[in-house]
Amino acid sequence: MDLKTVKSIVEGVPDPEIPVLSLGDLGVIRDIYEKGKNFEIHVSPTYSGCPATRVIHESISVALLRADIKNFIIKKVLSPAWSTTWISEVGKTKLEKYGIAPPNSGAKGPKSCPQCKSINVTEISNFGPTPCQALWRCNDCLETFNYFKCL
Amino acid sequence: MRDPRINLALRMGDNTLILAQQNSKWCGHAPTLEEDIALSNISLDLMGHAQMWLGLAAEIEGQGRNADTLAFFRDTDEFRNSLLVERPNCDFAITLMRQYLFDVWHLDQLSLLSESSDSSVSEISQKAVIEVRYHRERSKNLVTKLGDGTAESHNRMQEALNALWSYFGNLFEDSDSDNLLSELKVSPLPSSLYPSVFQKLCNDSKSSTLLIPKSKFRQKGAAKGYHTENLGYILAEMQYLQRTYPNSKW
Repeated sequence: MDLKTVKSIVEGVPDPEIPVLSLGDLGVIRDIYEKGKNFEIHVSPTYSGCPATRVIHESISVALLRADIKNFIIKKVLSPAWSTTWISEVGKTKLEKYGIAPPNSGAKGPKSCPQCKSINVTEISNFGPTPCQALWRCNDCLETFNYFKCL
Repeated sequence: MRDPRINLALRMGDNTLILAQQNSKWCGHAPTLEEDIALSNISLDLMGHAQMWLGLAAEIEGQGRNADTLAFFRDTDEFRNSLLVERPNCDFAITLMRQYLFDVWHLDQLSLLSESSDSSVSEISQKAVIEVRYHRERSKNLVTKLGDGTAESHNRMQEALNALWSYFGNLFEDSDSDNLLSELKVSPLPSSLYPSVFQKLCNDSKSSTLLIPKSKFRQKGAAKGYHTENLGYILAEMQYLQRTYPNSKW
């Protein structure tokens, strides 16, 4: 099996929390290379305590094993620390379609409501249903929505 | 003598572990849903930090232990967390104030450790510090709102601050190994953080209207493993399952 195939399998694995995003979109796959007989895969954790981190490692293993690839090692890499600026543009578009306002770097909150696109939005809580999300409300369509916090 | 970096990793790991355990007790019980969710998320972040720090302690020690065995199979005198984080939850004022005091210290501490001469210490700190900024911001906002709120909320926050003050001082207790770590530029002397942390509390108090206690008395002992009674109860609950059925898996 060649490196290119391994890369495309690993980067195509869906994120366990937000399955519309692939690990490639999320930017957590830092490096994949051949080392001796093995493929070495470097994965960045998103939030330190995020329970999805372990599941991500398991999902990568399952995807590779299904493709009959057994010679791989998955390594957790802390540095440089993962940042929401590593989420691809495609990933940000997917997030918004899914109903989660994508990270708006440099700003205090989301650009607009992911439902009606109004910019008239208020923060409810800086902590939401997962470590990476905050809870916001649109003052026009009155829907609450999640915002992917900048990290 | 054991590697002094183990003491640093235990200090960071035990502080975050015990505070995570304490905060998580509010899950499903906090006064509002948003606060319930926020506290659980903060616990999760702190638990993640504890895993990294205790994992580092175990790695440096090299005796085949890991983060889990350090969390579940040590007794109170082997824990290096400050006396602040083991204060009982009591009411929400105490819980919030404890978190606020911890966050102000934690953010300063991690910013300094991000520059550590030890690469593992700096990597973990750089990862953790960006999460702790959110903790600090939330704590500060809440302490300001409640301090500058009604007479009832103001009094309760002030009482919480007074009650925790001497335990907060314990975050700055130096131990023998800290001098060596400071010489090697691995970590700053705990006592050296006090002036800047104190200044931040004073700045915040302008908007919260809370009075920073004048007392200079600081509790001592945790750096050497002397703890208050409550840590025993915390560990009894946290370690029960692993002590009763060692190495059982979820």
